[in-house]
Amino acid sequence: MTARQRDENPAGIHLPLDPLPGHSSRGRLERVLRRGEFAVTTELNPPDSADPEDVYNRAKIFDGWVDAINAVDASGANCHMSSVGICALLTRMGYAPIMQIACRDKNRIAIQGDVLGGAAMGVANMLCLTGDGVQAGDQPGAKPVFDLDSMSLLETCRIMRDNGKFLSGRKLTTPPQIFLGCAVNPFAPPYDFRPIHLGKKIAAGAQFAQTQYCFDVPMFKTFMQKARDLGHTEKIFLLCGVGPLASAKTAKWIRSNVPGIHIPDAVIKRLEGAQDQKKEGKQLCIDIINEVKEIPGVAGIHVMAYRQEEYVAEIVDESGVLKGRQPWKREIRRDDQMVADRLERILHDEITETQVDMVKTAH
Amino acid sequence: MSEKEPAVTQATLVKKAAPKSDYKPADVSPQRRVQRSFAIRLWSIRHSRLLEWFYARFADMFLLLHPLWKGLGYGRVEAPIKFVEKRVKGFMFDCRMCGQCILSSTGMSCPMNCPKQLRNGPCGGVRANGNCEVEPNMPCVWVKAWEGSQQMVHNEKILTVQKPVDQSLRETSAWLRVTAQAAAAREAAAAPKAGAAA
Repeated sequence: MTARQRDENPAGIHLPLDPLPGHSSRGRLERVLRRGEFAVTTELNPPDSADPEDVYNRAKIFDGWVDAINAVDASGANCHMSSVGICALLTRMGYAPIMQIACRDKNRIAIQGDVLGGAAMGVANMLCLTGDGVQAGDQPGAKPVFDLDSMSLLETCRIMRDNGKFLSGRKLTTPPQIFLGCAVNPFAPPYDFRPIHLGKKIAAGAQFAQTQYCFDVPMFKTFMQKARDLGHTEKIFLLCGVGPLASAKTAKWIRSNVPGIHIPDAVIKRLEGAQDQKKEGKQLCIDIINEVKEIPGVAGIHVMAYRQEEYVAEIVDESGVLKGRQPWKREIRRDDQMVADRLERILHDEITETQVDMVKTAH
Repeated sequence: MSEKEPAVTQATLVKKAAPKSDYKPADVSPQRRVQRSFAIRLWSIRHSRLLEWFYARFADMFLLLHPLWKGLGYGRVEAPIKFVEKRVKGFMFDCRMCGQCILSSTGMSCPMNCPKQLRNGPCGGVRANGNCEVEPNMPCVWVKAWEGSQQMVHNEKILTVQKPVDQSLRETSAWLRVTAQAAAAREAAAAPKAGAAA
């Protein structure tokens, strides 16, 4: 088989990588970003099932195209498989998940426990979020917790990692080695506070950030300009959120029903004017990527293609952001291949092996 | 934009499927139900600089009265002070009595009125018109906090990363706590000097 891939533990793909100086985690995403390579992350659509195959099949689509996969924590306050569960499955297979932690459903006791559990499973990246209100989801009668907010959650994780302590001050025997992320939305008011707010998140411990869907590049450029002026882009790896819109109708629906996503009229007009709206939506996404990748301070993209996951590879390929680099890909190992060949022969070839024959072939 | 078209979210569908009854409470979050209109709250934010000045004097006065509170016993004065504090701050800011007031860091806009009780800044769901994602008719607490803080003298206070709320301090007097802490800090600062003199 081929030589071992970069950023892979020779003792097993599910094991953490060797620690590097200046790195706070032992994961692949931090290595890619710190090497200065343009990173690509995406989001796994969480299954409504208890079948691990559903998670593996959904992750397989991204093989060789993304550096890390977000395991969402009941996004939109809709019930799905938990992010901890998805991460447990993904880490077993060697993927680099980004475990999302939302403050909506868990208090500080549960969250700190999950951070330790996740890190023990080999999750190297954690994304600290506030979470949508329960009113937005399929269980509006649920109790909103919001014990911490995204900022105090970041700080909690940072204290656990750097000080080796719980929020209460109790000591940890082994602190979690994690790369901390936050979400940024430059497209919602108060616009002039947003870059300053990012600075606050950096102060609280954020090392990378993923933005909300970017459909308005000039607005994003203004935000980045201000972030650069404040010196934030040197302290944080900023990944711009992008994604294809399925049609003009979906775009309008998102605009009026999903708070925080800003879609300018020009985008909707462009989709409406197209013959094949789905194709145009994909092309629009590629055009946006080509624009944002040139903005100084953008360290990568976060492709959110909800229910259009099959397009992620095409979008990444056609926009050429990887510049020929291939992110880690799950491959069949040599011993796996040997077992498969042998089984193939035993199951399908009509042979009755006797001990005498076996000895003959062994020599 | 968002408030013109009726929202058909999953939540709406769930609500529609719920059993029908004559009594339909207003479609707001439970937290909103105990609040009044926003007029006074917004007035306080518009006059954040005045209130900041006033509160500084007020806190000094409270600190001057520290011997009195101590003489009477902080535990004993807590009930009447809390009674007044709850009503005054409830009237002016829709105070939620978290017991660890940070109004001077948030432009006189009480962050506990945010449906997510965010104390460090807005969430990503703020509507384009500056209203809350959960309560479409309520101006976002943090949009207002930013406006209010920009008028204040200590406008850099909004940059402080706030610690998580200590839920065990709910329904206690923040005024007395701040006073007792300021008095303790003053004594601690005075103690080494006295030691050096002796």
